[in-house]
Amino acid sequence: MSQPAALNIDHVAKLARIALTPEEKTRFSAQLGDVLHHIEQLSKVDVSGVEPTAHAFPVVNVWADDVARPGLPVADALRNAPAQRDNMIVVPKVVE
Amino acid sequence: MAKDIFYQTIAELSAALEAKQLSSVELTRAVIERTKAVEPRVQAFNSFDEADALAQAAASDARRAAGEARGPLDGIPIALKDVIAVKDQPLTASSKMLANFVSPYDATVTQKLKHAGAVLWGRLNLDEFAMGSSTENSATHPTHNPWDLTRVPGGSSGGSAAALAAGEAIATLGSDTGGSIRQPAALCGVVGLKPTYGLVSRYGLIAFASSLDQIGPFSRTVEDAAIVLGAIAGHDERDSTSFKTEIPDYRAALTPKRGPWKIGIPKEYFGEGLDPEVGAAVEKAVAHYRSLGCEIKEVSLPHTQYCLDTYYVIATAEASSNLARYDGVRYGHRSANAKDIVDLYYQSRAEGFGQEVKRRIILGTYVLSSGYYDAYYLRAQKVRTLIRQDFLNAYKEVDALLTPTSPVPAFKLGEKSDPLALYLCDIYTIGVNLAGLPGISVPCGFTAAGLPIGLQLIGEPFGEADLLAIAAAYERAHDWSKRTPLL
Repeated sequence: MSQPAALNIDHVAKLARIALTPEEKTRFSAQLGDVLHHIEQLSKVDVSGVEPTAHAFPVVNVWADDVARPGLPVADALRNAPAQRDNMIVVPKVVE
Repeated sequence: MAKDIFYQTIAELSAALEAKQLSSVELTRAVIERTKAVEPRVQAFNSFDEADALAQAAASDARRAAGEARGPLDGIPIALKDVIAVKDQPLTASSKMLANFVSPYDATVTQKLKHAGAVLWGRLNLDEFAMGSSTENSATHPTHNPWDLTRVPGGSSGGSAAALAAGEAIATLGSDTGGSIRQPAALCGVVGLKPTYGLVSRYGLIAFASSLDQIGPFSRTVEDAAIVLGAIAGHDERDSTSFKTEIPDYRAALTPKRGPWKIGIPKEYFGEGLDPEVGAAVEKAVAHYRSLGCEIKEVSLPHTQYCLDTYYVIATAEASSNLARYDGVRYGHRSANAKDIVDLYYQSRAEGFGQEVKRRIILGTYVLSSGYYDAYYLRAQKVRTLIRQDFLNAYKEVDALLTPTSPVPAFKLGEKSDPLALYLCDIYTIGVNLAGLPGISVPCGFTAAGLPIGLQLIGEPFGEADLLAIAAAYERAHDWSKRTPLL
């Protein structure tokens, strides 16, 4: 992280699956450049030997009893689907 | 003159309901009328359902008449931030992505409030997907600060804070990922509590940053916060990060049999960027605790300067992962202009998300991407360990920490257009989320211009009972919460 990395906006937008307009690309590149520049100061912290924290209070081995319970009814699960047919969600054709 | 009914506290109203001096239908109707009167100016709500609220109120009155009232929340109108699921009600996160979404189930906190008999009232505006500090990032409309309608209410739970300050609910719920309850509470002159991570179930909360998010109450008084927290806290098997811990009677813990406490003042929280009027009001609060016999001790949280950067790496990384689910397939906005299935993802997300959400997804995707993960995300998680250790070290010497909640009072709508400038609003609140601690903002005065100021008290993990008692000891000698805005 000693070398501030340039954010390749096209590559990252593709990873994030968001279509950006040319204006958004220019604006986000500049704004996120500023933010990344700010974030560079994390490289000054000595973290040798420090364990990462994913959760402040990690809870491990969370088990639930293996008991069947009713789930969401199909009609409820599909209630917000943008397009549906025969209890299935319709999407554009995936295979030719 | 008696206080307007919609400005009374849960404690007062529950006593009146108990004594049959008031019905829940009367109370709920008063809140509805107030909302209709001020909402054109405040714009705290995304939606509300009068008939539904009045039906809940009638059910509460019927329970009470039958001698089956369920406690202090029975019949009290409580409105929820529009990221908390209520079955058969809209749930939008103030995003175009979820503009037409109707929740198929209840969040755990919603179920708990229903069980306690509360009248669930309205969905409150926020910065889209809880990303922001001013509620200007809402896809529908900005919310206005009731104390000065040209100013922001703070954010992201700006609707929750503004609605309460305007008398449009008796209490509200918000969510806090980096200060989203405490900062708007400070800017709107109400109490806002972010519980310890894991104390309140996140099941049914729209996820922003899962290791930081917590649901908590907004209220007029510390006692009311204790009442609502008692109703919503507790282990939930549907949230695997929910903690198994005894839930004490928070309200009973407020009686002043304990103390004096040792209160730490972190020197890093009183430096550059702190508004002088805010600083002076907080110093007065410190003096009050000293007058109560509390030992005031300066402490150091040496990694404070790294909180903001650590937060923006971790929160955006988690957000980019959480928001990957919005792809236009199963629910949410679907683009009508897609060429194929992959294009459907690109276009639906491009059309459904606003600017700040896109910006954070891009940043989060970048810090998690191949080649940068260790340098950004992993390093931030390690710095997070150091930040958390700073707090835990401080608690070896003191019972609580006292800081300003926000470096500045409410700012003008449109004043902070640069993302980095807005991110700096959270500098005193984000450390608490990174460390998973409980924090409360309590009103501690007004600026010369009449804008509310909040002080933040930060407690030990799962130490809400002590934290609320310490906050109540200040509040008992001050009457800031009795002031109401001219609307």
